[in-house]
Amino acid sequence: MTVAATDLLLEATGVAKTYGAVVALRSASLAVRPGEVHALMGANGAGKSTLVKILTGAVRPDAGTITVHGRPLVASSPAAARRGGIVSVYQEPALIPDLDIRSNLRLTATPIEPFRNWLDQLGVADLDLSALARRLPLATLRVVDLARALAIEPDVLMLDEMTAALPANLTERVLEVIGRQRGGERCVVFISHRMIEIGAVCDRATVLREGATVGVVDVTPGSENRIVELMLGQIAEDIPDAVEQASTHVTTADVVPRLSARSLGSGAKLDDVSFDLRPGEVLGVVALEGQGQDELFDILAGMSRPTGGSVTVDGSPVAFRHPADAIRAGVVYVAADRAEALLMQRSVRENIALPLVARLRRWGPINLGEERRIVDGAIQTLQIDTRAKGEVRRLSGGNQQKVTIARWVAGGVRTMICFDPTRGIDIGTKRQIYALLRDLAAAGAAILLYTSELKEVQLVCDRAIVIFGGKVVRELSRAEADEPALLRAAYNLRSDSELPEVAVAEIVAQADGTPVEAIESPDPAPPERPAAAASISNPPDEPE
Amino acid sequence: MSAAAGAIPRSGMSAVRALFRDQPIIPLTGLLVVLVLVMELASPGIVRPSWAGVMLRTAVPLAILAGCQTLTMLTGGIDLSVGAVASMVGFVTATLIHSPGGVPQAIAVALAAAALAGLITGIAVGVFRVHPLIVTLGMSFVVLGLANVWQLQSVQTGAGVPDVLRTVGSGLQLDIVPNSLIVFVPIVAVILLVLRRTGYGRLLYAIGDNPVAARLSGARSWQVLMVLYVISALLAGVAGLVLAGLTNTASVSLADSSVLPSIAATVIGGTSILGGRGGYGGTIVGAVILTVLSALLTVVGLPEPTRQIVFGSIIVLVAAAYNRVTAET
Amino acid sequence: MSAAAPPLGAAQARPLDTLVAFTRRNAWSIGLIAVLVGLLLFTKALQPRYGPITLQGLATSVQPLLLAAVAQAIVVISGGIDLSIGSMMALTSVVSASLMAKQSEEVGVAVVLGVLLLGIALGAVNGAVVVITRVPDIVVTLAMSFVWAGSALLVRSAPGGGAASWLKSLVVGPLANEWIPKAAVVALVVVFVVWIPLSRSRLGLSIYSIGSDRLAAFRSGVSVGPTRFAAYVMTGLFSALAGLSLTATTGIGSPVPGPYTLFSVAAVVLGGVSLAGGRGGVFGPIVAVVVLQLIQTDLTFLRVDSNLALVAQGAILIAVVMVGSLITMRRSRG
Repeated sequence: MTVAATDLLLEATGVAKTYGAVVALRSASLAVRPGEVHALMGANGAGKSTLVKILTGAVRPDAGTITVHGRPLVASSPAAARRGGIVSVYQEPALIPDLDIRSNLRLTATPIEPFRNWLDQLGVADLDLSALARRLPLATLRVVDLARALAIEPDVLMLDEMTAALPANLTERVLEVIGRQRGGERCVVFISHRMIEIGAVCDRATVLREGATVGVVDVTPGSENRIVELMLGQIAEDIPDAVEQASTHVTTADVVPRLSARSLGSGAKLDDVSFDLRPGEVLGVVALEGQGQDELFDILAGMSRPTGGSVTVDGSPVAFRHPADAIRAGVVYVAADRAEALLMQRSVRENIALPLVARLRRWGPINLGEERRIVDGAIQTLQIDTRAKGEVRRLSGGNQQKVTIARWVAGGVRTMICFDPTRGIDIGTKRQIYALLRDLAAAGAAILLYTSELKEVQLVCDRAIVIFGGKVVRELSRAEADEPALLRAAYNLRSDSELPEVAVAEIVAQADGTPVEAIESPDPAPPERPAAAASISNPPDEPE
Repeated sequence: MSAAAGAIPRSGMSAVRALFRDQPIIPLTGLLVVLVLVMELASPGIVRPSWAGVMLRTAVPLAILAGCQTLTMLTGGIDLSVGAVASMVGFVTATLIHSPGGVPQAIAVALAAAALAGLITGIAVGVFRVHPLIVTLGMSFVVLGLANVWQLQSVQTGAGVPDVLRTVGSGLQLDIVPNSLIVFVPIVAVILLVLRRTGYGRLLYAIGDNPVAARLSGARSWQVLMVLYVISALLAGVAGLVLAGLTNTASVSLADSSVLPSIAATVIGGTSILGGRGGYGGTIVGAVILTVLSALLTVVGLPEPTRQIVFGSIIVLVAAAYNRVTAET
Repeated sequence: MSAAAPPLGAAQARPLDTLVAFTRRNAWSIGLIAVLVGLLLFTKALQPRYGPITLQGLATSVQPLLLAAVAQAIVVISGGIDLSIGSMMALTSVVSASLMAKQSEEVGVAVVLGVLLLGIALGAVNGAVVVITRVPDIVVTLAMSFVWAGSALLVRSAPGGGAASWLKSLVVGPLANEWIPKAAVVALVVVFVVWIPLSRSRLGLSIYSIGSDRLAAFRSGVSVGPTRFAAYVMTGLFSALAGLSLTATTGIGSPVPGPYTLFSVAAVVLGGVSLAGGRGGVFGPIVAVVVLQLIQTDLTFLRVDSNLALVAQGAILIAVVMVGSLITMRRSRG
């Protein structure tokens, strides 16, 4: 070990957490020195958010140790983590909507003067402390939350995606203030999907993949590539050969699209999304977390209404007021969150047959023979293991997901929109689902597939669109859509750039102030890296 | 994912849990037998066929009222207005027997009033999404108040429980079989069929289990709930008629004291108060258990207030126990 | 990404702005007071002899309900609901009336203190069961309402007992000026002596925070379980005060719960406390209680059947809750 443990301000080693059968974290470690701004990176599902929850006391780890200033931290609750010196700011501000700002400060025992001072530095000098939190815009609340955290003078400041969807001028001030923490007493753990921000303020980055720390990188110009590589790991593991190739038949442009979106918008999250989904194709949607894809799928499924733009099905405009409207138009929805889609206490049969009885005219007696035929057919198609068919919640995650798909396959699919249908399920089931989606498309169905697993795109999709900040930023053909290209596109990086100069220029132009690169860094980092991190590059075994 | 792609193996403990969860009737029937034995010990010689008939006769109106609770609880709701509605129907019928259409017309008018109350409740719950407990609590006051007004209006015309209701409600064939089974058996058959074999029954379970999933599958829950509270009010009305016949009284507060037992019977019968799980079979056994328990408490000499305390505690304990049994990690 | 920051909270505190802000924030209460004033004028028009004596009567009759509404408001603000308030009032009332009957004034003081402790204990049982079993609040407190009502009947099967005369004198007659009813002053003093320090304390803030946004409260370091428990304890305490008020105003204790639970829910909703939690205070419900009572008085003056007044109360409850729910739905959609 080249750095003694006591030189580290925050150290987490071997942190593991399992939810039921799902391994969220296998062995995560994080070592941060005083005066350092440290990025925590990882693709969707790498375990970032679980690690943050553990460090902030919201979740208890199954294994591992966490120390602050060499003292073990017992973070049994956010209050305990706070006493231990760790304070965090989330994407959703932890301010009580129905209390005014002053009361919110009192709730967390935050001194007002330092708070005011930080607020000034963050460029929100004229805040009315007697304003109710729910009356303030989200961007202001984030900054208030940050100022409140800074005013407590924590040892460790965790910033979890707090710059997402923040206006450029505020982002700049926030980054400036974070940058000024470098070389001081405390450290900052910074989580962001924006490489530009990482490059601007961070000294080093810890990269997580599949629940384990896979490397620590010094952030320098050009280190993005290394980070992306680490996040991806060894590309092309054992899946490709198992799945039949995506169909290569070219759909002609003059076919009437099954489902079209034009300039769809929803509040601040979804800005401008357009696409055409044609019969017989699987269209992939790729985005980092929180880029507006949730809102997009909610609108298409009839769960919420858009604030702008239009949707057409088979060429005629539609306005879904209820999922029933979408279903009648032939648009069916497969949710990632099985807890949202399934009747956990009911049987497999009832779950699959649910859409059959949902309509008013089907309230009468059920033709059990017909139902059995349809349900058994769907069970067969999806090869659902029905040993625990009495209660769906006793099925494995993979079989549960199959039930949510079987529900629609039973009635024949015209247009299916799938939101991350393979999240957290075993590899065998994943393959079956890929094959099923291709079969459905081959039979003429149109499928929109959002996936957080980038390698799925080339396996299943004919083409893919990438959403960033509520807008479609790229469209890739199947051949182009390999993992590095998708990940770069998802981070809104140009595919060929060593350093995203164009993007930097864009940011600087948007923020009509001085560029953040001006901050001088005393760089306390010695050339050696902590042993805990530097040597970790061996790919951990496949969790499936 | 490390768990096998099949059923999660069960230990002995979880087998017991599964029994309580899936087939609550079996342990409940066991409990009923134990209670009957205790009854016999407490008062030797009391347990005879005619005693069983009387117990069953007493349990019938309670079981019908508990049917209202079962149906509403399956959707995650509750109906506190059943007491007021049942009393109102019994009372209004009794005051209208001298009307031109006779008893059938009286019953029809009373049930129509009940259906109207149920419809208003259903709209408030289904469309306005107010918690059913609050709506039905308010509705019980509205119905009680209106029944009181009606009482003052109809004092002159004279009233009485019609003979046919007395025969149905309190008669026993061969001193054993209650006549009220004529009403009760068809109701049981219909409820069981609706819950097991109709789309509507499936939707009741679906809405109670997971309203989001029901919505995603295209079910419009407001339609289901609106119809549900009308059905509940009508069932309560029938229970009120049977109860009026059983007790040979028509009063605006006749069924008030049956509201708590109806909830307790449903909870004991294994229907989850959070919705989505349960059935009417367990509820019927629960109603009989409570009737016997009540008789037992009387025989032992415990006063009515104790019964309230016992029933209230049973609801909390059973709801907590089912919560624990069904909460799998 | 939008180019400019949205406008921030204004800092200039010009008097007019402050007034506008105050009005907007308290729109519901101000509207409620307007309704109250209108009703008072209407009552005076209906019954020209309405004066100090009748006002004192109003204050006396409204006092138990007022305290019950405060009890309900606290637990509702925390995001819960307590359907056992009426039963806790019956229990504490019969206990106090039974213990005070034919006893000295000094014993009365001890009984009052003891009954307040009893109320805290009842609330603690409710809160503990809610927090530990995780059965929904509404179910637990409904079941507990029967337990407490049964206990009240065990203490005393029929109305009876007595009250210390100092206690009775607290709720009748005027104070200083004939237009100031003593019952109202006593109730308000009791409420505000407890409420104002509570609402300013960290516990009070925590109660609001868990009702407003449980996740944000948890992340802000609030212990959710203990805070819920504390809210039920406060509700128990105020239920006991309401029960003592029943004893004082009627001079006896009645084991059968009045319709106080229902009215407390109606008053809380009418008083601008969101049933979803986190919003409102005790001021709104207090005004709402007086409004509800005045409606009943006016219906009597108008020679409307008292049963119809009961109907009106139930209908008002349902209507108010429906409107409240509609507003919430609109807000969440918009």
